[in-house]
Amino acid sequence: MVIMDQPQGSLAGAAKAEMRPSPVSAPEPAGETIVRIENLTIRYGDFSAVKNVSLDVYRNQATALIGPSGCGKSTLLRAINRMNDFVPNCQVDGRIVVRGRSIYDPGCDPVDLRRHIGMVFQKPNPFPKSIYRNVSWGAKINGYRGDMDALVEQCLRRAGLWEEVKDKLKQVALNLSGGQQQRLCIARALALQPDVLLMDEPCSALDPIATARIEDLIDQLKTDYTVVLVTHNMQQAARVSDRTAFLYMGELIEVEDTHVLFTHPRHPRTQAYITGRFG
Amino acid sequence: MRRHLRNLLERGIGVAMLICALLSVATTAGIILTLVGQSVPFFRAVPLGEFFAGRKWAPLFEPPRYGLLPLICGTFLITVGALLVAVPIGVSAALFLSECAPRRLRDVLKPVLEILAGVPSVVYGFFALTFLTPNVIAKLVPSTPIFNAASAAIVVGIMIIPTICSLSDDAFRAVPRSLREAGFALSATRFEVAGRIVLPGAASGVVAAILLAVGRAIGETMAVTIAAGIKPTLTLNPFESVQTMTAFIAEVSEGDVEAGTMASHCLFAVGLVLFAITLGVNLVARWFSRRFREVYE
Repeated sequence: MVIMDQPQGSLAGAAKAEMRPSPVSAPEPAGETIVRIENLTIRYGDFSAVKNVSLDVYRNQATALIGPSGCGKSTLLRAINRMNDFVPNCQVDGRIVVRGRSIYDPGCDPVDLRRHIGMVFQKPNPFPKSIYRNVSWGAKINGYRGDMDALVEQCLRRAGLWEEVKDKLKQVALNLSGGQQQRLCIARALALQPDVLLMDEPCSALDPIATARIEDLIDQLKTDYTVVLVTHNMQQAARVSDRTAFLYMGELIEVEDTHVLFTHPRHPRTQAYITGRFG
Repeated sequence: MRRHLRNLLERGIGVAMLICALLSVATTAGIILTLVGQSVPFFRAVPLGEFFAGRKWAPLFEPPRYGLLPLICGTFLITVGALLVAVPIGVSAALFLSECAPRRLRDVLKPVLEILAGVPSVVYGFFALTFLTPNVIAKLVPSTPIFNAASAAIVVGIMIIPTICSLSDDAFRAVPRSLREAGFALSATRFEVAGRIVLPGAASGVVAAILLAVGRAIGETMAVTIAAGIKPTLTLNPFESVQTMTAFIAEVSEGDVEAGTMASHCLFAVGLVLFAITLGVNLVARWFSRRFREVYE
């Protein structure tokens, strides 16, 4: 099912080098851990949303977090870029190590962390600004000094949206369809050249065709980025992810290569969930 | 039978409420009719050119002079001064309340701020006259007379802070949380989210809040009568005595003006102009908030 524009990996790669010429951007082999979650427990008041979860996310892979509603998968995802900081009473124990730094250490600046970890939300949430400014926004506030027009084009191409919007970059983004808005949100996140892209049920508000386009996109993005994807949709997890983690009641029940987890789940609860007996 | 009674009661309540609603409409209509009717003789006697372009206001002297400009100027001076005080403070306070303040602090601060709106304006007037002018203004600009526009403008500004702050806060909170999250996820600081997402997103609401506050500032009477003086002066210098339209009305109606005289018709003419201005500002505010309300989805 290829309804994408031409893949633009080389262009995005060039932009990456331009943005951060430091050694950090040197390509590294897949299989290396880029996000390490260690004994993570997250509480809202007395309620433990995530219980003692340890999970490694590997570079240039798509890792899917699945599980029934309320299992803590979104909370876990939002812990990775510290978006839970904005939730009152949210308490985090354990460690998450990103790029070799423990992100909940007092010395770690969450604003700086989020420059390296992009996020796409459940409902498309473009700014009520022009398409162009949606993409340039993050780069601009972070002091991007390069050619902004080129960056915007690269990101829109990378998100498979360029051909549809190249003649109306100055138009307000809210006129786009839901699927286009979500791809715009992906382009917007890419403009910061993140290492990791967190996606919180990015297709749940979209129709099947728009969903298929996003899934193709995730598949392509893996060549340059690492994707962590929360999804309700097990078929989606099976289609796009390399590894899948199954969470239940805040606990990590099983994490495995996706094809293994869906064909030979070890834990009976995983089996019950993926065969649709609950959830 | 019982049901019949209930229906009757239902209808009765509806009619009673309709009457209450009509009463307020009728009052407004009555005020407009009185204003217009009572000022007709004035406009018969005084040419519009003199009224709106004349530079001297001395309606009670012989010969009377009916140039409204000094009063308009006084009202303008007070209003602009009040906005200079209230807009930065009110909007910043609202941004703080909606974007930075922890919930508990907000629950305390917002009611306290709204108490400012409940202080009688005569108190503000005396505060300006007996504290601000001698202790602040006279220290900064020693030549300032005891009645001056600056002190009145400052207290009117303080009076309209709650209006601006409260309505701006509402506008800020109407900006969806998802847009803030989008900003934070793009590595924005709290300040950047407040200034580049929330403030522009709520701009129409903030402008509407400011315009409503302008309406209040123009209509404010007691504080400016006490603090700014009763000397109509065509000046833009805040360190002089000025008289506003409202202060003129208050001054003259306190004296023994007989109904039907030119002086009383003159009062109504000024009142009519005042009414037209505040109505206009309110209409613009409503139009603005509807026309430019940001649609987020």
